[in-house]
Amino acid sequence: MRIYPIIIEILQIAIVLILAPIFIGWIRMLKCWFQGRTSAGLFQPLRDIMKLFYKDVVLAENASWIFRFTPYLVFSVTVLAGGIIPILSVDLPLSATADVIALIALFAIARFFIALAGMDIGTAFGGMGSSREMMIASLAEPAMLMAIFTVSLVSKSTSLSQIVQVITHTEFILRPSMAFAILAFILITIAETGRIPVDNPATHLELTMIHEAMILEYSGRHLALIEWAGMMKLFLFTSIGIASFFPWGIAAVDNMFQLPAAIIFMAVKFCIVGIVIVLIELGLAKMRIFRVPEFLGSAFLFASLGMISYFILE
Amino acid sequence: MSQFELVLFSIIILLSALAIIPLFARYQKLLIYISFSLTALSSVLAAAGGALAVANNFKQSVTIPIGLPDLPVHLRLDPLSGFFLTVIGLLSFFVSIYSIGYIKAFVGKRSVTHLVIFYCLFLFGMFFVVLSDDAFSFLISWEVMAASSYFLVMFEDERTENRRAAFLYLVIAHIGAIAILLSFGILAGAATDFKGFSGYTFDAMRQTEFPVGWATAAFLLAFFGFAAKAGVIPLHIWLPEAHPVAPSNVSALMSGVMLKTAIYGIIRATFDLIGDFPWWWGAVVLIFGLITALMGILYAIMQQDIKRLLAYSSVENIGVILIGIGLAMIFASFEMPLLSALALTAALYHTLNHAMFKGLLFMGAGAVLHATNERNMEKMGGLIHKMPWTAALFLIGCISISALPPFNGFASEWLTFQAFLLSPSLPSPLLNLLIPLGATLVALTAALAAACFVKAFGITFLGHWRSHHNPHIHEVDWFMRSAMILTAVSCLVLGVLPTLIINWIDILPEQLIGSRIAASAGEFGWLWLTPISHERASYSGPIVLIVVLAVLLLAYILLHVRKSAIHRAPLWDCGFEKITNRMQYNAASFSMPIRRIFGFLFSIKEQVLRGGKDGTLHYHLRVRDRFWGWLYMPVADISFYIARKVGRLQQGRIQAYLIYSFITIIVLLVFFR
Repeated sequence: MRIYPIIIEILQIAIVLILAPIFIGWIRMLKCWFQGRTSAGLFQPLRDIMKLFYKDVVLAENASWIFRFTPYLVFSVTVLAGGIIPILSVDLPLSATADVIALIALFAIARFFIALAGMDIGTAFGGMGSSREMMIASLAEPAMLMAIFTVSLVSKSTSLSQIVQVITHTEFILRPSMAFAILAFILITIAETGRIPVDNPATHLELTMIHEAMILEYSGRHLALIEWAGMMKLFLFTSIGIASFFPWGIAAVDNMFQLPAAIIFMAVKFCIVGIVIVLIELGLAKMRIFRVPEFLGSAFLFASLGMISYFILE
Repeated sequence: MSQFELVLFSIIILLSALAIIPLFARYQKLLIYISFSLTALSSVLAAAGGALAVANNFKQSVTIPIGLPDLPVHLRLDPLSGFFLTVIGLLSFFVSIYSIGYIKAFVGKRSVTHLVIFYCLFLFGMFFVVLSDDAFSFLISWEVMAASSYFLVMFEDERTENRRAAFLYLVIAHIGAIAILLSFGILAGAATDFKGFSGYTFDAMRQTEFPVGWATAAFLLAFFGFAAKAGVIPLHIWLPEAHPVAPSNVSALMSGVMLKTAIYGIIRATFDLIGDFPWWWGAVVLIFGLITALMGILYAIMQQDIKRLLAYSSVENIGVILIGIGLAMIFASFEMPLLSALALTAALYHTLNHAMFKGLLFMGAGAVLHATNERNMEKMGGLIHKMPWTAALFLIGCISISALPPFNGFASEWLTFQAFLLSPSLPSPLLNLLIPLGATLVALTAALAAACFVKAFGITFLGHWRSHHNPHIHEVDWFMRSAMILTAVSCLVLGVLPTLIINWIDILPEQLIGSRIAASAGEFGWLWLTPISHERASYSGPIVLIVVLAVLLLAYILLHVRKSAIHRAPLWDCGFEKITNRMQYNAASFSMPIRRIFGFLFSIKEQVLRGGKDGTLHYHLRVRDRFWGWLYMPVADISFYIARKVGRLQQGRIQAYLIYSFITIIVLLVFFR
C-alpha cells in the first residue's frame, strides 16, 4: 500500500472542504466590487458556516427523520464526490469508485433527498421548490449525458482520471466538439448549481426561489451542512469542468514535485472561473421558470452539435 | 438432488397445494397459512434450482408423455430458463410471505379460496412457461398464466372498473397470444418445410436455418405478441388498468415477474430459436424500447393513483430492458460480441432488479392500501409518522428505481449507459449519430423517474394527511413487513455487489452471443465493476456505500460532541401563518411543471368550475393517454360497427337461418367440388 496517494486524497478532501466556501467568498467579493459595494471578505461564507454550527437547531413540529437525515447524507455524498474528482492529482485511490456518470448520480442522490426534505414538513414553499428542482434536474440530465458523450468520444473513457491523462498527454488541438461541449457544460452547471439566471442563491423572494424554497425550514447545524454541501457542489462542478476541458497542471501519477505547481494552477483556474461566473450573473437577470426548458434545450443542442461535429470534422 | 429435480419438486408442491386447497375451504385462515407457505416453499426451490442451473451451466431436457397423442410435453432447464426461474421464484417467495398478511384482511369479507387457487395456478403457469421446450406446452402454460391472472384481477368483481380492466386485459393478452401462436407456427412450419408436426419442439427450431423472409415474419409476430404482454407502448393500455385493481400481492407478481416472461420470450425467440438476424431487428426493438421508456415514465408522473403510477413505471422499465436487448441485437449483428454481451447483461440485470424493486414498491403500496383503504395520493400524506417501517422500505424501493447508487437500479442503468457510450465503434455512421440521441432519452427517462418517485414518496408519506376524514391508520403486520424487508435487502445486495451477480449471469451472453464481459478486471477484484477495462469506466458500489456511511457517521458524531438542544417549533414557512393541510403541494401540482413542458404528449382537460351556492371553486384535471383515442377507440368503434351490421343477420326466425344454411351449402358446393 503506497502512502503517497492516500496523503493526496486526504489533502484534496481538505482542500475541497475549505476552498469551496472561499470560492463562494471570492465570487461574492468580486460581485461586490463590480457593483461598487464593500465586500465582507473572502472568508465570510466560512465564518457563516462556523456560526451556524454553534447555533441550536429549531425543527418544525412534524419533521420526520428524513428531514434530519438529509443534511448528513447530502454532506457525505458531496464529500465522497470531492474525493473522486481529480483536482490536484490523478493519483487518487478513490478515483476508480465512480466515473462521470456515477458521479452525476451521486449528486442526484443529494438532490433526491433535499427534494424529499422540502416536502417533509408540508409547506407550500417546500413542495414548490421540490417540484421545480426535479423538473430542472430532469431536463439538465440529457444535456449532461450528451456533453459527457462528446468528451468520452475524444478520450475513449468516462473515468475522469483517464480523461485528464489522455488530454494532458496528447498534443493540444483545437477541437470544435470540445468547444461546443464546454458551452453546454457551462449552461448545465449554472442550472445544476442553482445560479443566475436559473435560480438566485441570494434571494428569499417567494415566487422565484427553487433551492432556497426546499431548505427554508432548516436551521443550525443542519443548515450549515446543507449550505456547505451546496458550496462544495459548485466547486466540484467547476472541477469536473476543469478536469474534462482544461486539465493542464493537474499532477500526474506519483509525481510529488508537480504538486506545488498543481495547487497554483488550480488557484488560478478557480479565480478565472469566478470572474466568468460573476460576469454571467451581472449581465443576466433571473429568468422565468418556464424559460428554463429553453435554456437547457440550448445546452442540449450545443452538446449534440459537439457530438455531430466530432463525427463530421474529427 | 440435481437442479432439475429441485425445479420439478417445486412444481409438484404447487400441484399438491392445488389439490389440497378445496379441503380447507371452510377454514379460511388456515387455508391462507398452509397454501402460501407451500407456494413460498415451492418458489424458493424453483429459485434455487434456477440459480444453480445458471451457476453450473446446467442443461437437461425431459419429455413427458402427456398431452395430445404424438405431441408430448418437452421441458428443458438451461441457464436462460434458470435465470428467469430465479427471478420469478425469488419474487414469488417474498410475495407469498407477504400474501399471508395481506390476504388475511379479506377473511370474513369474502371467500379467498378461489384467489388462492388462481394464485397457485398463476405461479405454475409462470414456472412452466420458462421451462417449456416446445411451442405446444409453451402456449398452454402461457394461457394458464393469462387466464389465472385474469381471474386474480377480477377478484373484487363487484366493482365495474375491475371487470372492465380484466376484460381489457383478457382481450389484449389474447391478441398477443394469437401473434405468438402464428410466430411459432411459422417457425415450426419452416423447420420441417411445412410437412408434418415434428417442428413444434424448440430443439427442431434451434437446429434450422430459417430463410430471411420467414424469420422476419416470425420475429415481428413474436415481438408484437410478447410486446402485448410486456406492455410495450402502444400495447400498454391494459397494464395501468389491470395492475391497480388486482390485489396488491398479485399486482406485485404481475408487474414484477409476469411481464418478464414476455422478455424471456423475446430473448428466447430471437437469440436462441432464430439465432441469426439483421441489425434493423435490433433497431426496431431499440426504438420501441425508447418510446416505451420515455412515454411510460411521463405517464407515470401524471398519475394520482399510486398503483397506477407504479404500473406506468413498469411500462418504463420494460422499455429500459428492451433498450438493452435492442442494443445487444445491433451489436451482435455487427459481429461485436463483447459489446453485445455488455448490453445483454445490462438488460438481464435490469430484469432481475426491476423484479425486486417493483415487487417491493407494489408491496409497499399494498401496505398503504391495507392501512388507509385509499389509492388516491391526493388524499394521503404524513404516513411516515404512522407507518415508519413501510415508509422506510418504500423509500428504498424509490431510491432503487430512481437509479441512485448504491442501490440496484443504478448498477443496471449504468451498464446500459456504458453500452450506449460504446456505440461509436459501430461501423455505420448513421447509427453512430442516432444511438447517442437514444442515450439522452434514457438519461431523460432516468431523471424523470427520480422526479416521479420523489412525488410518489413525498406526497404519500411526507407532509400532512390531506383528506378531510381521518381513518385509523396502523402499521402492517410482521408477515408483510418481513417480506418487504427481505426484498429491500435484496435490492441493496444486488446494487452493492454487481460483480458477483454479473459473474453469475455471464454464462447467458456466453451461450447466446458467444462472449462474456469481464465484470472485474484482474487486479481490481470484486470491489470494482469494470465492464470493459478499468481505463474505460469503473464503478464501485461497496466503496460508495462504505464511504458515504463513514462520512455520515463522522459528521454526526463530530456535531454531537457538544451538547446542543433541538427545539421543536411550529412551521415557519417564510412567516406565513394560516397554512392548512390543503395548501400543501399535491400530486397534481407537483407534476405541473412537467405536465406543462410535455403536455403535448397527453390529452389534458383542465377546468375550473364555480360550483354550489357558496361559490366555491372546483378544479378538474383529467390527463389521458393519447393512444386510447388514437388507436383503441377507432378499433373499438369499427368492431362495434361491424358487429351491428353482422347483427342484422340475426332475424330470430327459423326460416331465415335455414336460408342461410342453404346458401352456404350451395356456395361451398360451387367452390369445392
